[in-house]
Amino acid sequence: MKKSLLSVVFLAAFFSLGVQAESVIVTLEKDNALAVIDPIAGKLVKIIDIGQRPRGIALSPDNKYLYVATSDDNTVKIIDAETYKIVGQLPSGDDPETFALNPAGDRLYVSNEDDHLVTVIDIPSKKEIAQIKVGIEPEGIAVSSDNLWAVSASETTNMIHWIDVKTNQIVENTLVDARPRAASFTADNTQLWVTSEMAGTLMILDVASKQIIKKIKLNIQGLSIDKIQPVGVVIDKDRRWGYVAIGPANRVAVINAQTLEVEKFLLVGQRVWNLAFSPDQKRLYTTNGRSNDISIIELENHKVTKSIAVGRFPWGIVSKP
Amino acid sequence: MNVKHKIKKIGMNKIIFIVLGLFQSGFVCAEPIQIIKISYITQEQKIPAALSNLDEFIQYKGMMGATIAIDDNNTTGQFTGQQFVINKIIAPIKADIVQLFKQQVADDVSFVITNLPKQQLLQLADLDSAKDKLFFDSTTSDDDLRNQQCRDNILHLLPSRAMRADALAQYMMKKQWSKWFLVTGMSKEDQLFSKSLKRAAKRFGLEIVAQKQWTHTYDARRTAQSDVPVFTQGIDYDVLVVADEQGLFGEYFEYRSWKPRPVIGTQGLVPTAWHKTHEQWGAVQIQNRFKALAGRSMQEQDYAAYLAARSIGEAATRTHSNQVQAIKDYLIGTEFALQGYKGKPLSFRPWNGQLRQPVLLAAARSLVAVAPIDGFLHPKTELDTLGFDQPESSCNRQNPVNNELATAIKNNKVDKQGVTVDKLIQQLKNYYNRLNGNK
Repeated sequence: MKKSLLSVVFLAAFFSLGVQAESVIVTLEKDNALAVIDPIAGKLVKIIDIGQRPRGIALSPDNKYLYVATSDDNTVKIIDAETYKIVGQLPSGDDPETFALNPAGDRLYVSNEDDHLVTVIDIPSKKEIAQIKVGIEPEGIAVSSDNLWAVSASETTNMIHWIDVKTNQIVENTLVDARPRAASFTADNTQLWVTSEMAGTLMILDVASKQIIKKIKLNIQGLSIDKIQPVGVVIDKDRRWGYVAIGPANRVAVINAQTLEVEKFLLVGQRVWNLAFSPDQKRLYTTNGRSNDISIIELENHKVTKSIAVGRFPWGIVSKP
Repeated sequence: MNVKHKIKKIGMNKIIFIVLGLFQSGFVCAEPIQIIKISYITQEQKIPAALSNLDEFIQYKGMMGATIAIDDNNTTGQFTGQQFVINKIIAPIKADIVQLFKQQVADDVSFVITNLPKQQLLQLADLDSAKDKLFFDSTTSDDDLRNQQCRDNILHLLPSRAMRADALAQYMMKKQWSKWFLVTGMSKEDQLFSKSLKRAAKRFGLEIVAQKQWTHTYDARRTAQSDVPVFTQGIDYDVLVVADEQGLFGEYFEYRSWKPRPVIGTQGLVPTAWHKTHEQWGAVQIQNRFKALAGRSMQEQDYAAYLAARSIGEAATRTHSNQVQAIKDYLIGTEFALQGYKGKPLSFRPWNGQLRQPVLLAAARSLVAVAPIDGFLHPKTELDTLGFDQPESSCNRQNPVNNELATAIKNNKVDKQGVTVDKLIQQLKNYYNRLNGNK
């Protein structure tokens, strides 16, 4: 009896491993749901109701839990990443939009856009441990992988606020171009990449000096400057390539992360918002807010290979093995 | 207890911490405080006649918009070492605005946000003491203030009547509702908007098949039901275009016309800088913040005053200056990109000081479209498909070329130096290209 049960378990484990090699999970802002996609097969696997207006999403470092900001419920939901069942929720302050996990996966830094705050949440105790006053309308947020810095971008104040994670205090502010949207650290934590939606620029900040060391104006031939509105930004772990989603330009900019020059623009779906790498960093996934799909980019040759319809207003995106 | 003793008690770790703390706060306020002084000036209004009591009259429209923007500026200012101070001046209904301005707007105030009609605005802007100030007009939509009557020291935050009419016309083109029946009220403002509508119709190839004036010669409240059908009978048209800025009769046309036709213009589908139905591009945030502060929804003039004070803030932050010339140069330069919750960066047209911006087309409870409508193209920015574009503008705003020209002509040097008309035209072209950032 015991033996047969054990073999069933093994079989199940083997089965699930074989079938689901990789999943992409997308928040659907208008459907109040998560979409689970099999990117290899190019199929939408399932839709899961999650709560009001889900936007930011993150995966725990051990791949066990998903965290989803349900903005209009004023909470961050904890979801079992295998079963997709809601297993808990975290306090988040009002109207959480985006958040970042620290490398250990035990702290969440949440942007509260309406209250101009960053809320720090201790995940094990599910307690709010600090609220940090930042500029008007904070949005993009990131934690460095060496766990020294949390940065918050405020859209109306036009600043990057550098929060020391040990003291939860702002220690420096960098003035950036108009309406900064997203920020990402390079894997070596020497640079911070920041997008400006209104100026149409990508700014590279030096983490040591907190100064802008390079500004890249994203001009696309044939498109008027009004359409160049950079949003999501990611950089690969070897810092060979960086990618910027350019919203209504419907394109992703491919940037050589060594020379800091734009290599090319890839046409994806409409109003491309956020970006996520596959776990092996061989593919890049994009959420396209207006065409209600995701695009898959093969990174070896920088070709857009697939688009998969997912639901209304896809916003945040993560992938898991 | 002496200091030494105290230090011993606190312990070395804590001292390091305190020193660090001082160091950190030093970062936050790295520069000495620079003060940017702004005056906001408005005049109380008599409550105008209205068609219905549904919409409460709002006194001091605009003021709360400026208040929020100053708060926003000061949030940035606390990180950059700048402080924005606003002095709000409210003139009683019959007060002499010029006198009040002279008394209350000090010499060291460089920036003046006005919520005043055209005549008063010009009176102030033309004062000798106003020459070195920059005015932010957050109220008027007059086309002539952007053309013949323009001033070098005024920037306009709200869309002109021409921009509004063009926004409507673009959407009508898209819908192919090309036959317009234009109804104009009796006021001077109605005539002006009617003129802009005709200009827009001509510009975008729409046809005005009929024009009539609503003369208020009957008791409309009792007879709208019978008068409007008669008024609109016997004409074949796609859409009824109303010019009734004060809102005295326009609302009568919906559901009462002889033929089932939509109403656009000052009623029905309206072109506006801001509307309570607008939620996209982060607009929800500012709508909520405004409501929390003012206890009502944000009106166009609040939005304009908000943008005025935010423009000053943005320019002061970027230039690290409180000087009028530096701020003005930045504002009309190519670097300026203001976030205005309308999906596109806002900037000023250097030729007439008009803020470039999308125009919302809104119905009472839904945002229908945002102009410029997709497909209306422009070599520089699609926003310039609305209103008076550079070649169309008759604004003779003070600029170097004009000065050079004027002086040259005055001194009769044109012939002596062998300057030909062609050369002058080339010079002008170069100047405007430079202005446009073209090579």
